[in-house]
Amino acid sequence: MSGGHAHALHIHGHTVLHRLAPEVKIAAMVGGLLAIVLTPREQFWAFGLYGLTIIALLGVGEIPLGFYLRRVLVEAPFVAFAVFLPFLGSDPTTTIAGIELSIEGSWAAWNILAKATLGVSLSILLAATTEIPHILKGLERLKVPSLMIAIAGFMIRYLEVVTSELQRARVAMIARGHDARWFWQARPLATSAGAMFIRAYERGERIHHAMLARGFTGSMPKLEAADPPRPRWELAVGFAGLLWSVAVIAMVVS
Amino acid sequence: MTVLDIDQISFAYPDGTEVLRELSLSIEGGESVAILGPNGAGKTTLLLQLIGILHPSSGSVTVDGMQLTDETAREIRRRIGLVFQDPDDQLFMPTVREDVAFGPANFGRSRGELEEIVDRALAQVGMSEAKHRAPHHLSGGERRRVALATVLAMDPSILVLDEPSSNLDPAGRRELAGVLSGLDTTLVMVTHDLPYALELCERTVIIDDGAVVADGETADILADEALLGAHRLELPYGFDPRNVNRSRPR
Repeated sequence: MSGGHAHALHIHGHTVLHRLAPEVKIAAMVGGLLAIVLTPREQFWAFGLYGLTIIALLGVGEIPLGFYLRRVLVEAPFVAFAVFLPFLGSDPTTTIAGIELSIEGSWAAWNILAKATLGVSLSILLAATTEIPHILKGLERLKVPSLMIAIAGFMIRYLEVVTSELQRARVAMIARGHDARWFWQARPLATSAGAMFIRAYERGERIHHAMLARGFTGSMPKLEAADPPRPRWELAVGFAGLLWSVAVIAMVVS
Repeated sequence: MTVLDIDQISFAYPDGTEVLRELSLSIEGGESVAILGPNGAGKTTLLLQLIGILHPSSGSVTVDGMQLTDETAREIRRRIGLVFQDPDDQLFMPTVREDVAFGPANFGRSRGELEEIVDRALAQVGMSEAKHRAPHHLSGGERRRVALATVLAMDPSILVLDEPSSNLDPAGRRELAGVLSGLDTTLVMVTHDLPYALELCERTVIIDDGAVVADGETADILADEALLGAHRLELPYGFDPRNVNRSRPR
């Protein structure tokens, strides 16, 4: 059991970025992300500018570099295959340091790596400066369907409950001499995952009962106590606008 | 005045297992009643019947003079505050505040009222400082008290608790008793914790095999070793109900 602010992706702080309304941050992130994705891959300078902007924001949000670097590793499994593209891509090829590399494959690898890294960085910025309930609140204010927000909320709320159940099952296995380290030892874990599924289903049923008991009729109630202060949309527009200007210039010159 | 009247309800699960057999029980306003019984006696099933989540195959439930039907179920759910056994089932919203506001918001309280309702309910259980925390970051005892607050926020006329003291450490158990003994609603508590029943409830009902088998003053019932033994109920070692004063005054 940890303190109130604890979730692994969040850095407690009181910077401008922390105080900014969540809907503004989400809108800025999505807007900026689209600009990054649409930028032609040959325009290195544009990616450089994006990178500098993000570094500046990491500074403003007082996010420690070590934290950022650890978090950015989350993209590793997704970009792993990009590393192979220069070797697997089609002709024509070029030779660098005695290794034959596909030109098209190298461009594709760079494209994936650069855009994935920038995209992940933006989401790290959002997550590090916004607590999860606020992100959900921001989505609500952005008029995302309340059912989707409710599902996301339940996922976050019960992820911890279900993983701790799975963890207990694993400890119980270890306690009885089964310490699976290799893939072919996974059978008991897979079986227990099945049991976990049943348990999660039953828990879902009990939660539904608890919701009915408190008058749930199928739609989540609106729980905001008062109207939120006017969000500073100009900041979202400014951020996304900056990235979009870079993207448009990059598209024009390429 | 009778606030809860259960009249000869029977219930069987779809697989044919009979859980309740013509069970009848009547509770007066302001009473505090412990429902005891061995595992599988039908206690939790009974609680789900009270708010119309499970439907009896025969018999009826009446709350505040209103018979439970599909039409009245919602109003009855507002009047019966049911605290579930596992707070993780009860606390499903991202923050404590939203969880406590969930019930009253469903029952149409305005946005302006919600804040005050949440503050009052949390103050009642001594959890005001947890308002903006996530439920899964609270300790077991804190979760239990917040779960109670989610129900108190609906201003129920009958408070029903399923195993309130299970999985609590002694301090958490005592703190919860302190909160419960300070409430002036009708209290119904399903429990295996006999000293807790003695501490909080003047009346005790034993349910076994789907029917009421004993009904009387808690102190008398707990002193009847033969009765307890016949229904797999046992007092903790060294505990003598005749030497205990109840903390919930009537």
